[in-house]
Amino acid sequence: MKSGLNLRAASRALKAFGLSAALVALPQVAFAAAASPMPAYSTPAAGAPGAQAPVAADKGAGAVEAAGNPLNTSGPTADAAAPGYTPMKPTPGIGMPVDGGIGLQKQFSPFGEYGRWIHDIVLIPLIAAITVFVLALLVWVAVRYNRRANPVASRTSHNTLLEVAWTLVPVLILVCIAVPSIDLIAKQYKPAPKSALTIKITGNQWFWSYGYPDNGDFEVNSYMLNLPGQPVINAGVREVGSKPWDGPSHMEVDNRLVVPAGEPIRLQITAADVIHSFAVPSLWFKLDAVPGRINEKVLFIEKPGVYYGQCSELCGVKHGYMPIAVEALPRAQYNAWVLGHPGGLIDGQKKLIDATAQAPAAGAGETAVPADNASEAVPAVETTSSPAA
Amino acid sequence: MATTADHFQGHVDDHHGHADHDHKPGFFARWFMSTNHKDIGTMYLIFAIFAGVIGGAVSGIMRAELMHPGIQYLGAVASFFGDDASDFNATLHMWNVLITAHGLIMVFFVVMPATIGGFGNWFIPLMIGAPDMAFPRMNNISFWLTFAGFCSLMMSAFVPGGLGNGAGTGWTVYAPLSTYGSTGPAVDFGIFALHLAGAGSIMGAINLITTIFNMRAPGMTIHKMPLFVWSVLVTAFLLLLALPVLAAAITMLITDRNFGTTFFDPAGGGDPVLYQHLFWFFGHPEVYIMILPAFGMVSQIISTFSKKPVFGYLGMAYAMVAIGVVGFIVWAHHMYTTGLSVNTKMYFTAATMVIAVPTGVKIFSWIATMWGGSLEFKSPMVWSLGFIFLFTVGGVTGVVLANGGVDDVLHDTYYVVAHFHYVLSLGAVTALFAGFYYWFPKMSGRMHSEFLAHVHFWIFFIGVNLIFFPMHFLGLQGMPRRYPDYAEAYTHWNQVATVGYMIMAVSIVIWFINILYAFTAGKRAEGNYWGEGATTLEWTLSSPPPFHQFETLPVIEDAGHH
Repeated sequence: MKSGLNLRAASRALKAFGLSAALVALPQVAFAAAASPMPAYSTPAAGAPGAQAPVAADKGAGAVEAAGNPLNTSGPTADAAAPGYTPMKPTPGIGMPVDGGIGLQKQFSPFGEYGRWIHDIVLIPLIAAITVFVLALLVWVAVRYNRRANPVASRTSHNTLLEVAWTLVPVLILVCIAVPSIDLIAKQYKPAPKSALTIKITGNQWFWSYGYPDNGDFEVNSYMLNLPGQPVINAGVREVGSKPWDGPSHMEVDNRLVVPAGEPIRLQITAADVIHSFAVPSLWFKLDAVPGRINEKVLFIEKPGVYYGQCSELCGVKHGYMPIAVEALPRAQYNAWVLGHPGGLIDGQKKLIDATAQAPAAGAGETAVPADNASEAVPAVETTSSPAA
Repeated sequence: MATTADHFQGHVDDHHGHADHDHKPGFFARWFMSTNHKDIGTMYLIFAIFAGVIGGAVSGIMRAELMHPGIQYLGAVASFFGDDASDFNATLHMWNVLITAHGLIMVFFVVMPATIGGFGNWFIPLMIGAPDMAFPRMNNISFWLTFAGFCSLMMSAFVPGGLGNGAGTGWTVYAPLSTYGSTGPAVDFGIFALHLAGAGSIMGAINLITTIFNMRAPGMTIHKMPLFVWSVLVTAFLLLLALPVLAAAITMLITDRNFGTTFFDPAGGGDPVLYQHLFWFFGHPEVYIMILPAFGMVSQIISTFSKKPVFGYLGMAYAMVAIGVVGFIVWAHHMYTTGLSVNTKMYFTAATMVIAVPTGVKIFSWIATMWGGSLEFKSPMVWSLGFIFLFTVGGVTGVVLANGGVDDVLHDTYYVVAHFHYVLSLGAVTALFAGFYYWFPKMSGRMHSEFLAHVHFWIFFIGVNLIFFPMHFLGLQGMPRRYPDYAEAYTHWNQVATVGYMIMAVSIVIWFINILYAFTAGKRAEGNYWGEGATTLEWTLSSPPPFHQFETLPVIEDAGHH
């Protein structure tokens, strides 16, 4: 995972609109130095404003970038909108099913680890023991009480003590299951902290759209990549495997749901047409997208990575072809990704931009008018929302 | 009640009249206008076998398609039903039609007609010492409504249902996929099928309840009824209370679809989740409707071949009542991911787990019945032992799924598919085969081959376990239900499942051979061909029983009989 990230950072820098080779080293160093880019983000105002102000006046987009993203302290020269964004290459077997796998996927969220513990440590041994116990009893009566071994049947048909026992013992076992189980439900329902990033997920026939209301309210549509040798499922979308970062077929998409790792995210889920279900097994997450209703739940991804899921409520003909790919990035890289979108804003930076983006500099256009997510004029931005670049 | 009692009186007189000249009506009158519970039961069983072959063939197409990733056979199937083979959407739509048809056929036209319509009709009057059902003509219309429902469902496959022919909504018919999500008459045909089958089942339930309450032989108190009668009684009450809710829900679907109402359309103030509440308020009791008669049959069979009365008779009977009652207050565990509130989710988790207690009582009581017995491993007994084990496996995965927090990862995956097939396909259907071998000679007058019945069991047992056990793995790995195509990582276990299907299919062929054998070369069956362990009233009659039985009502003595 670590090396993947560095690789990613490097290629990202390389793609930064013809940046010189010398500059490539800089983000690398910065990344290595910034051991905790995420806390650094949460208080951008502390060090940034003074230093950044002139930059901001100069090149609006760069300023926003630099404020939150230590990778881009190369600031002024990071010319246009955002540095190039290369989707992360998924790690085989992580965040996706494994061939011939027989257990739950490895989990990357606190609830997932808790839930997996309940399933693997509490439930599986228990149900295996009960099944083996019943099987053993069946085998025993078959051997001991068959016609040859026991020619004369007893007439016993009551034993109050026994009947009370096999009623009460299961009750006790169930109580033992219920305690952690109910606890897990309670924990899952803790709402996200007020400051958490909100992402709006909309299920459509047959794609997902991801809205970022806290980041300038841009929206990304996510379609499954077409399958080689099969009829075209999504016209205009490339085939899976045509880019080095493509994950498994049937699961990889053109635009992933990019989120910051290591912080709670508030997912608000709805649907535009019929019911869909947003499900990512390795994040222990499944919540229906119901038209006319917004379902909310907190998602916390512990590690950067790519996590795959699939629509889990029958939604029509292409129900099997609207997968979910969640790409969790360190906050800094997430911010960089955000800024690659027209109208993309880093959380909490709106005011700063409003104040500073009055300059008529040509490149500043897109961040200067975040409210009406304008600026189709910057072609570089389009490429960041689709990895076809 | 007064009217039913009156009817009961008149009805018995009626039959005394008939019995004086014990002749069977002509072919058409006997099979198309039948009022004889045994003939109607036979028709239900033949119908269920016929529908089961179709439903099983549908699952065969699905298993073939799922053997490899990608779409292989669906296009050909779609063109059979009149779709344009080059239209990929129509091809994919065919998949949804298949899963919908498989679910609806197996639930409404195989398991329910076989357990309640077939064995219920045949053996409830025999076991309680009654000459026939309380309402013989209503019994007739129950069957033909079910048959008409099946025809309506079959017709739906040939008319447009959205992007292709047929209803592709899933057996749950969730709105809004089933309302504005599926244009064309196919879904209306499907809903009409449910209405017809539901009306038939409600009438059947009324008939069974009335029969059991009013027509028991003298001396057979409610606490002396055989457990199969108990199970059907509880089932009939579940049907009576649950099916009208389904009827209401799907009627609202009809009006949403055709008459501009918006019960389930948020654009008009409706709520799609409301449909799910209504559906599962019916849908959860429905799963007990399918399994309770199986419990009853297995209880009879275990007792017969252990040569012992059922252990803990009262506990067994009231465990079924408890399952029936609790079954009505756990429905939202099918909806854990729809956005229930935290308290609701906790409640349904706890309530659902409670069901494991009476179910456990039943499992342990069956074992205790065998304990100390003198077991004879005739084919019905072997099938029943298979049932107990398979149902236990399905039951414990139900305890896993009951946990709302755990269901967040398993909901709508193949784990759920594995779970409900273990309790239904491997549970209810295994019990149906047990009941079939137990009662087939009684119904036909011919003995089947015990050897073939055992071979049938073992091949079936291996096959179905190969189909469904790997589905637990697929589900834990995250494979969603109702997918025609899947990521390569899911290939291995899907292939195993498809191989399992082929093995299972062989066992069904053996079953048919066995039936053929019985009718061509089978020995004539005696009245009580299972011997001393078979103590219920149907064994006091010849095999097959006379066209009208119990002209003189049997009297149940105080001691012994259960």
